[in-house]
Amino acid sequence: MKARVHVMLKNGVLDPQGEAVRHALATLGFDGVNGVRQGKVIELDLAETDAEAARAQVARMCETLLANTVIESYTVEIV
Amino acid sequence: MHAAVITFPGSNCDRDLAVAFEKAGARVSRVWHKDTELPQGVDVVGIPGGFSFGDYLRCGAIAANSPICRAVVAHAGRGGYVLGICNGFQVLTETRLLPGALMRNAGLKFICRPVTLNVATTDSAFTGGYHAGQSLRIPVAHHDGNYTAGPDLLEQLRDEDRIAFTYAEPVNGSAGDIAGVLSENRRVLGMMPHPERAAEDAHGSTDGRQIFAGLVGALTDA
Repeated sequence: MKARVHVMLKNGVLDPQGEAVRHALATLGFDGVNGVRQGKVIELDLAETDAEAARAQVARMCETLLANTVIESYTVEIV
Repeated sequence: MHAAVITFPGSNCDRDLAVAFEKAGARVSRVWHKDTELPQGVDVVGIPGGFSFGDYLRCGAIAANSPICRAVVAHAGRGGYVLGICNGFQVLTETRLLPGALMRNAGLKFICRPVTLNVATTDSAFTGGYHAGQSLRIPVAHHDGNYTAGPDLLEQLRDEDRIAFTYAEPVNGSAGDIAGVLSENRRVLGMMPHPERAAEDAHGSTDGRQIFAGLVGALTDA
């Protein structure tokens, strides 16, 4: 079973890299980009076959290591 | 006074930190990240600067989950002292021994230069040898030193007098220009600047030396 984790900075946490990307897009002539937020996608290949158990296991991984919940939020997708 | 200095894969200030402790009069043990216990009788743990585990995932995140860090968290839980410098500060926030988080510098550039710090509290074994508001010249060398804390945490840190050092002028976008913070029991200090690089005449500044001397003094008298 595969899982996909999206890790994003929480709303309200300034994202200097996203801002730099937004500026670069504007420089390239892409108008109308009001905001850019940059995050991470982490794909996991799991031995677990039960979707709910896998989701719970990956959530624990996020809390422990994959995300820093002081500044980041995460979503888990079972695929 | 017995100090332990940890080495992770990618640490690069571990030897300098050990030398700074030794010159201040401490006995130093070097500890490998896979060790599961600190040496007997360690008073203070030094977590050095560098790029532990290549800064993969987030700076300090993988180191914070290494076997030795479980022992460091237990040591801090027993009231032991911990000094985390640069990457070591990032490790301490990732272990949650210190609050907040260190994000990419606001200007996105790696900053490597001497900066002026102000001593924001003298109420700790680390800073007790300075005077309040004293200016220190100590180098920084980091890409992710932008201390991030919400308004509630900032207020709490100020109320509890836990901001150890501030930058005299903005360096990296840090909230409140914070360069170093203390734990609630004031025995864990994390700071982005490198006092071990301002500890000998040849370094161009000796303003960082007092942190090590102060620790050795406080922990030897105890």
